[in-house]
Amino acid sequence: MSITVRIPTVLRSATGGAATISATGSTIGEILAQLASDHPGVQPQLFNEDGTLHKFLNVYVNDDDVRYLGGLQAPVADGDEVTLLPAVAGGFA
Amino acid sequence: MTRYGSVLDLIGNTPVIDTSALSPKPNVKIWTKLEGRNPAGSVKDRVAYSLITTAEADGRLIPGKPGQTLIEPSSGNTGIALAMVCRMRGYHLKVVLPSNVSIERRQLLEVWGAEIIESPGSEGSNGAVRRAQQLAKDNPDWVFLYQYANPANPLAHYTTTGPEIFKDVPEITHFVAGLGTSGTLMGVGKYLKEQSPDVQVWAIEPPSGEMVDGLRSLEDGYIPPIFTDNNGAELLDRKVVVRPKESLEWTRRMSEIGLFVGISSGAIMAGAVKCALTIPDDQEAHIVTIACDDGWKYLSTGAWTDDLDEVVERAKRIIYF
Repeated sequence: MSITVRIPTVLRSATGGAATISATGSTIGEILAQLASDHPGVQPQLFNEDGTLHKFLNVYVNDDDVRYLGGLQAPVADGDEVTLLPAVAGGFA
Repeated sequence: MTRYGSVLDLIGNTPVIDTSALSPKPNVKIWTKLEGRNPAGSVKDRVAYSLITTAEADGRLIPGKPGQTLIEPSSGNTGIALAMVCRMRGYHLKVVLPSNVSIERRQLLEVWGAEIIESPGSEGSNGAVRRAQQLAKDNPDWVFLYQYANPANPLAHYTTTGPEIFKDVPEITHFVAGLGTSGTLMGVGKYLKEQSPDVQVWAIEPPSGEMVDGLRSLEDGYIPPIFTDNNGAELLDRKVVVRPKESLEWTRRMSEIGLFVGISSGAIMAGAVKCALTIPDDQEAHIVTIACDDGWKYLSTGAWTDDLDEVVERAKRIIYF
């Protein structure tokens, strides 16, 4: 299964400049683990030491925040797009 | 009542309109609360009034005393609402505003005498928050009400917006609103779940983290303290990103049913439609959304009149939400 992962500018130095990366897996946890194993510099940006998602990193499957879909267990399917975005002060303020 | 003693008496009690013509499913009604009807033009009038009156009640601000200055970061609407209330109360307001907001937002701040301090556009709202925090630290005599952390922000929605929604749409099954400071979602969400625990609360956000290119590392990230203080991660049921193109398309769709609303309202409607699509055909649902403001402040962006793809390109450089 091929999943496209969109990498935010702030993490691209750890992915050799790549803005999108293909990954395989059936859960968000598997996708991110593969990303971290292929690009070790990304690991501390994705996860806290206890293996949970970095608090300032939002991960979306097809623009839906995975924290509300089961977290690292959130399922992904062939053709899904995973987007990583830093948590920042947003709009509407 | 049609006679009022003050403009401030016009804050709140906004109308709710049936916008189900935009619903993708006949079993799902979509109701929109028109916050542009507030006197300074947005949902933030409720927040500004609550921030100021709370500070007056606890003695941080003293009505009538000369020489009082407030500092606040805002991408627009909170600053505008605070500027109106401060003008009426005699306080001097300094607003830290990202340089790339629409021209009308700057002009409205000037209408009510606010002083604008620019923060780099490339840093978005994040940069404005940081700059205001530093200025507040350097100038301890300025009053920093800090909408992102002040409990008076969600409280305004818990005591006014939430009860108004539940009174007008008691059948509500879903509440869909924008995530900025998280004040609306935390205050309304908490109130609605206390009344009707099955109500689902959906947060809609722009892809801000993609637009802010001044970010050096993830450690520059930001989560509004009121989101954490109110257990936002537990209160919300879903959080969905709506991108500029979809936001603009739905802002235009809303004008087709007569509603001239701001671009964040289009984003939230796009989110409400996504929400509607998750509801089974045999289940009746009532989604309530918020239209944060009207369209006037965004006319200069060409949102309704220019080629859609051109406006989307521009949206990457200008803060619309």
